[in-house]
Amino acid sequence: MSPAAPQFRPRVRWRRLMGRVFQGFCLLAGLISVGVLAVLLIHVAWQGWAYVNWGFLTRPPSQLNPEGGGVRPALLGTLWLMVLTALIAVPTGVGAAVYLEEYTRRNRFVRFVNLNIANLAGVPSIVYGILGLALFVRWLLGSRSLLAGALTMSLLILPVIIIASREALAAVPSSIREAAYAVGATRWQTVRHHVLPAALPGIMTGMILSLSRAIGETAPLIMLGALTFVRFAPGEWSDEHAFTPAGLWMWFTRALDSQFTALPIQIYNWASQPEDVFRQLAAAGILVLLVVLLSMNAVATGIRAWQQRHKLW
Amino acid sequence: MVVLVRRAKEALIHVLLLACALVSVATTLGIIVVLVHQSIPLFREVSLWAFLTGSRWAPLLEPRSFGVLPLVAGTVLIAGGALLIAVPVGLCTSIYLSEYAPGWVRQIGKPFLEILAGVPTVVYGYFALVFITPEVLRRLLPQTEIFNGASASIVVGIMIIPTISSLCDDAFRAVPRSLREAAYAVSATKLEVSTRVVLPAAMSGVVAAVLLALARAIGETMAVVLAAGMTPKLTLNPLESIQTMTAYIVQVSLGDTPPYTVEYHSIFGVGLALFAMTLGVNLLAQRVLRRFREQYE
Repeated sequence: MSPAAPQFRPRVRWRRLMGRVFQGFCLLAGLISVGVLAVLLIHVAWQGWAYVNWGFLTRPPSQLNPEGGGVRPALLGTLWLMVLTALIAVPTGVGAAVYLEEYTRRNRFVRFVNLNIANLAGVPSIVYGILGLALFVRWLLGSRSLLAGALTMSLLILPVIIIASREALAAVPSSIREAAYAVGATRWQTVRHHVLPAALPGIMTGMILSLSRAIGETAPLIMLGALTFVRFAPGEWSDEHAFTPAGLWMWFTRALDSQFTALPIQIYNWASQPEDVFRQLAAAGILVLLVVLLSMNAVATGIRAWQQRHKLW
Repeated sequence: MVVLVRRAKEALIHVLLLACALVSVATTLGIIVVLVHQSIPLFREVSLWAFLTGSRWAPLLEPRSFGVLPLVAGTVLIAGGALLIAVPVGLCTSIYLSEYAPGWVRQIGKPFLEILAGVPTVVYGYFALVFITPEVLRRLLPQTEIFNGASASIVVGIMIIPTISSLCDDAFRAVPRSLREAAYAVSATKLEVSTRVVLPAAMSGVVAAVLLALARAIGETMAVVLAAGMTPKLTLNPLESIQTMTAYIVQVSLGDTPPYTVEYHSIFGVGLALFAMTLGVNLLAQRVLRRFREQYE
């Protein structure tokens, strides 16, 4: 080594100090999110707490007497929307996942579909609303109905369900499939009796998480025109309906065809009005929405924990 | 006979499952066809060139003008501001989670990020309008308008922090241990390992995360509608009311616009521009991500 070369100075103390500073900085960054969420929750609870009671859940909103208003049509609309969306999107999404995971090899078509699904997952929700408006409201159904909303929401969450279900299916070890094939099961029998049951917890978790995403979606429903003032929830029972198959069917199809509103729409509606009372009602609506969301998340977390304790393989 | 029935059943199921998979392809096609087909009447009224380069957006006032630039500028201003907040915070959070945090913090941190990501955007919009603007911004900067781009930027930034930190965390954890251990062996500190070994090695994953978050910020709607206002204008001042592409689309569908008028078709034109922007960013992100995966798998 030539004597002119600069000496290596470890500067250990300085570097350790910088390390500490950096660690503190990173921890602080992490705590920012925690802090913001805490402020948000406290603010919403403080603003809305006084309004949340049984009457708030069971009364329709009121423009003339805002304090006496509630979220009944919005809450029921959200529940209807979620059940219908699940009924449409889950079979389709799981079917697509089974096809892509179990029925094909990695060929060009699968690569194309993969790219397509990844891109669909990144399409802004409002674009789905535009699609729903043109396709379902204007063209196929001709009305701003609950069914149009459920179909639009289904398209919106389909990529998420497909991706989650595929992950769950891919985690099932191939020895289970091979054992089924070895005793002469067909492909569908293998999937139906062995692979799907083994992947079920993972699929359920994905379903719940994607539905909880759909519950909070507002923009696509506004596009479909769900902002119109609705006093009645879809599927109100009246004396015209009878407890017969035909009567129930009439009730169901009427519900599908009825106008609807949903919790996030109601929240938007209240939040966009300048008076304080409406803002507090919005906070109360947010509390209801967050309780629904957090309980869905809790169920998903519970399923995940159960799955980890009862590992099948 | 039984075999034949079983084969027919298998074939039928195969076709049904294929049809399910094709729904996603049909959705993409549907989006493109609807956006292009329904915006044609708009482009009869105004040329594509005037639409893309015009600097005045006034579809509802006479004289009408359909220059999309103010809307694009509003979108870019809010998305850029959001990245300014979310990239440093999200990146530092993920470095902390993957390099520093003890196991129990990670166990809490990941589900917590999921919860943060699951808060509906309308809630963030409410928070921006009712808390951030009056309680924070107008106290610090009294000239802030009631509707302003800054509050929307802040909440959109908070909204995309989980996207960035979750994806970056995955990218950091995909970096092989051996790289870290080699650096520790020559007595590097944790800071040096994180910033000079792990971060460069995971760079493409980080870039992809930022791009995916950017696409989300561009497409974000409800927070922007509630907080940023409905005034399309070309400005760099985040304290003024501005309008994004998504907010314009909502504005038109809130009013009772009769179908098949120029205003009605203009939402499809703006939607097309929005779709093209997010698609471009997403495709770029996937490209970067694929390269990243090839590196370590």
